[in-house]
Amino acid sequence: MPDSTKNLPQRVIKLGSYIPSTKAERGEMLSAIGLSDINGLYADVPDSAMFKGLLDLPEGLSELEVRRKMTEIAKQNRVFSTILRGAGSYDHYIPSIVKFITSKEEFVTAYTPYQAELSQGILQSIFEYQTMICSLTGMDVSNASVYDGATAAAEAAAMCVNAKRRTVLISDTAHPDTISVVKTYCFGTDTDVIIIPGKDGKTDISALESMLTETSAAVYIQQPNFFGLIEDAARIGEIAHSSGAKFIMGCNPISLSIMKTPAECGADVAVGEGQPLGIPMSYGGPYLGFMAAEKSMMRHLPGRIVGETVDSDGNRAFVLTLQAREQHIRREKASSNICSNQALCAFTAAVYMSVMGPDGIREAAEQSMSKAHYFAESLCKIKGISMANSGCYFNEFLTKTETDPALILKKLEEAGILGGLPLKDGILWCVTEKVEREKLDEAVDIVREVCK
Amino acid sequence: MELLFEKSVPGRHCFILPKCDVPRTGMPAEFKRAIPLDLPEMSETDVSRHYTELCHNAFGVNCGFYPLGSCTMKYNPRINEEIAAMPEFTCIHPLQPSETVRGCRLVIDKAEKYLCEITGTDAMTFQPAAGAHGEFTGLLLIKAYHLSRNDTKRKKIIIPDSAHGTNPASASMAGFQTVSVPSGKDGCVDIEKLSEVLGDDTAGLMLTNPNTLGLFDKNILKITKMVHDSGGLTYYDGANLNAIMGVVRPGDMGFDVVHLNLHKTFSTPHGGGGPGSGPVGCKAFLREFLPKCTYTEGGNGLQVKSFYGNFLVVVKALAYILTLGAEGIREAASTAVLNANYLMSRISETYEMPYRHTCMHEFVTSLESLKKETGVSALDVAKSLIDWGMHPPTMYFPLIVHEALMFEPTETESKQTLDKAADILIKLYKEAHENPSKMKEAPTKAYIRRPDEVRAARSPILRYDHGK
Repeated sequence: MPDSTKNLPQRVIKLGSYIPSTKAERGEMLSAIGLSDINGLYADVPDSAMFKGLLDLPEGLSELEVRRKMTEIAKQNRVFSTILRGAGSYDHYIPSIVKFITSKEEFVTAYTPYQAELSQGILQSIFEYQTMICSLTGMDVSNASVYDGATAAAEAAAMCVNAKRRTVLISDTAHPDTISVVKTYCFGTDTDVIIIPGKDGKTDISALESMLTETSAAVYIQQPNFFGLIEDAARIGEIAHSSGAKFIMGCNPISLSIMKTPAECGADVAVGEGQPLGIPMSYGGPYLGFMAAEKSMMRHLPGRIVGETVDSDGNRAFVLTLQAREQHIRREKASSNICSNQALCAFTAAVYMSVMGPDGIREAAEQSMSKAHYFAESLCKIKGISMANSGCYFNEFLTKTETDPALILKKLEEAGILGGLPLKDGILWCVTEKVEREKLDEAVDIVREVCK
Repeated sequence: MELLFEKSVPGRHCFILPKCDVPRTGMPAEFKRAIPLDLPEMSETDVSRHYTELCHNAFGVNCGFYPLGSCTMKYNPRINEEIAAMPEFTCIHPLQPSETVRGCRLVIDKAEKYLCEITGTDAMTFQPAAGAHGEFTGLLLIKAYHLSRNDTKRKKIIIPDSAHGTNPASASMAGFQTVSVPSGKDGCVDIEKLSEVLGDDTAGLMLTNPNTLGLFDKNILKITKMVHDSGGLTYYDGANLNAIMGVVRPGDMGFDVVHLNLHKTFSTPHGGGGPGSGPVGCKAFLREFLPKCTYTEGGNGLQVKSFYGNFLVVVKALAYILTLGAEGIREAASTAVLNANYLMSRISETYEMPYRHTCMHEFVTSLESLKKETGVSALDVAKSLIDWGMHPPTMYFPLIVHEALMFEPTETESKQTLDKAADILIKLYKEAHENPSKMKEAPTKAYIRRPDEVRAARSPILRYDHGK
C-alpha cells in the first residue's frame, strides 16, 4: 500500500480558475480555429518580451483552503466592540435588511446600465437615489455618485473653475484627506489652492474675506467640520458669493436630516462622504461620494446621471442621460474622466434611507448628537479634561487633556473600546446612536481612572 | 414599476432604533433644518418587495451571457464576496492603531506583491477607486517625475485613436495636451505617425495592449523604446490585461506605469457601475511619486482618495489570485483568448471582421455593409439580442470602426454558451435580410421598449417631484 500511493498525483481535483470548458472541449475549439497549440494564440507577442516559465505566485487553492487562508489573515485584525472614533468614517447602525438587499446578485454582478431595456431596476434605483440626495441636501440635481467624499470635493472644485477664476479656497478645518485630494486634483489641472486658516476650530471668516479676489473660483468648507464644529455656513456662502466665487459645502449626510441644508446656506454645490448611510467602515473603502448642485450647474456635474423619459409605447422609462458631458463622448473635453463610480454604495445608501425613512434618520442624527453631548459633558467633569473649542457641535468634539492621550487610549483599548483620534491639540471623539449609555459611562470611568 | 416615493405612506416606518437612553440635545435654532425631508416612509415588507421587483428588472453576469467588450464580465466568485463581508474586514475603522489592523495591511502587502509580479512592476498603490482614477493617478506620476527633473516643457500625452475615452479625459485632468495618433491598416499603432509626434515636449504615451480592437501590437517593444528615446514615459492601460496574464507582462513590454482594473481582470463584481479598484503599479524609479494617505502615511503630498482606496475590492481580488495561483492565472488568460477566437470564427463567415487576424480576449465586427444592405444597424442587432436573453456586446466602439459591435466572452463561459450565442447571431443576420422591420422594433420581451433618449436629454427629469 505505502508504495502505490507514492505515484498518485498530488491533487486529484483540478484547482480553480473558474473555467467551465473541459480539456477536450478546449481541444475542439482550438482545432476549429485552425490551431494545434494554445500558445499559437500568442504569435504576435515578441519572443523577447514573452514571460518564460511560471509567475512567482503560490499554487492555486480550493475554495475551502482560500476560506481558511483569508480567515487567518482577517483574524489578525482587531474588531472593537465600541467605537468612539469618527474623523471621516462613522460606525452607525446598519439595519439587517440593507445587507440582504444589497447582496442581490442581479445588482451586484451587473455592469453600468448602458442597455436601458435590460437595466430598468438599476436605473430606477439610481433615479430614486438621486431624488433622496436632492431631498437630503435641498439641492436641485444629483449625480449617480463619485468615488468618495474627498474626490467629490475635488470634482466640485473643478466644476467651479473657469478661464478667469482659477483659485480654489479650502478651509483648514476640512478633513486633512479632503484637503490633500483637492490639492492633488488641482495640481493636475494647474489650479491654485489657498488654505483658509482656522480660528478656534472654525473657518476664520475675516481671513476669508481678505483672501477672496476676482480670480477666486470657489470656497469649500466642511459641515460639521473636521473638529466636529458647526460652521456659520450661510455667512461663508454670502461672503463667497459677494466676490463672485461659488460656494461648495461638504456635508455629513446623517446630520443633514436635522441641520440647515446646503440649499438653505446658499451652496452652489453640495458634496459629502455618504459612508454614514449604511456603508460599513471597511478600513476606508469602498465609500460613496455624493454630489448635488443647483440647477444652473447641472451640465457641469461629472459622472453618470439618470433621467426619466418614456419608451416607444409611451411608458415610463429611465436612461443614463446628459451624456454629452462624459468622457466616452467628449474625450479630452469631458467634465471629468470618471467612468466607473460607486454604484453599489449609492444603492446601499438609497436602501438605508428607505428603511430608516425621514424619522429614522432624524432619530439616528439626534441620538448621535445627544449621546455625543452626554459623553462630552461627562468627560469634562473629569479634572484635567476640557473642551478644546467652545462652538456648537454635532457628534464629534475635541478635548484637551493634561494626561498623555496615548495612555488614555491604551486603557480604553484594553477594555475593547476604540477611543477618539489623537490629534496634536487633543483627542477627537465621535459618538453614534450605536453606543449605549452604559458603554459611555464605562469609557468615562476608564478615562477618569487614567487621569487620576 | 412604481417609485419608492409613490409607495410611501405618511407615518409608516421600520422598527430599527431603540429609545434614546441619554437626555436629548436638539440642534440650535440657528442651525436647524427648516425645509421638509422628503424621504419615503415604508414598512420593511414594502422595502423588501420594492427592491425584489427592481432586481427582477436587472441583468447581471449570473443572469446570462454578458459579452460586453472591454468590460471583462467574467464570473464573480461568491466565496470572495463572503470573505470580504467578514466583520474582521468590514468593522475596521481606517484610523485604528496599526497593531490592530495587521490583517488589512497583510491583504494590501500580498496583493501588491502578487500584482507587481503579474504586471512586472516594482511598487503599487491601491488608492485609485476605478480604472479612470488609476489613469489619472498614473499620469500624475508622469507629471511629477518630469517636474522633479525640472523638465517643464513635456506637456503632451500621445494616445492612439482607438483608445478608451477615459484616456484623453484623464490626460486633460492631469494638465496634459492630448495628441492623437491614427492606427495603421493593421489596427495597430502607425509607427511612422508615432515618430512624427514624438519630441522633447512628449510627456508620455498611453497604450492599451491588446488594444480596443482586440489586437496585440507586435511592435510593442519598438514603440516603448521610441517613447523612451524621446525622453517620455510609457503608460499601460490595464483594461485588457485579462488576455495576457502570465504570458507577457507590461513591465517587460517596456511600460513604466500600469493601472489594473480589479473589477475586470480580477473578477470583482461591477455592482451596476462600481465600486471598482484601479491600482497603479510602477517601476522603481517612480516609487517616490506614488500617492499615499498623507494624513497617516506621510509621503510627498499626492493623494487621490481618502484613506487607502476601495479596500474590500482588494480583499476580493486577493482571494481570486490565491484561488487561481500561477497556473490558473495563465490558464484564465489563454482560455479567454481561445473563447474570443472561437466565437469570432463561428460568426466570421456571416459577419464582417474588419481585422481578420488572431484576436486576443475580444474582437470587433463591423455591421456597416449589413446596414447598407438591410437598414439594420449595430444598435438593432444589439437590441434584438436582449429578446434572446443575452446582454448585448459593446456598441459603436472603438470609434474607428463603423457600426461596431465588440464581443468579449471571457474564460468563464462554456463552449455551449458560445455556440448558442453564435447561433443566435447568425439567425439575427438572416432575420436582418428577411424581416428588418422586426429588428427595428426590438426588444419586445424586455420590461420597456426602446426609450426616448433625446427627450431625456432635452427636457431632463432627474428626480421625482414628490407630486408637486
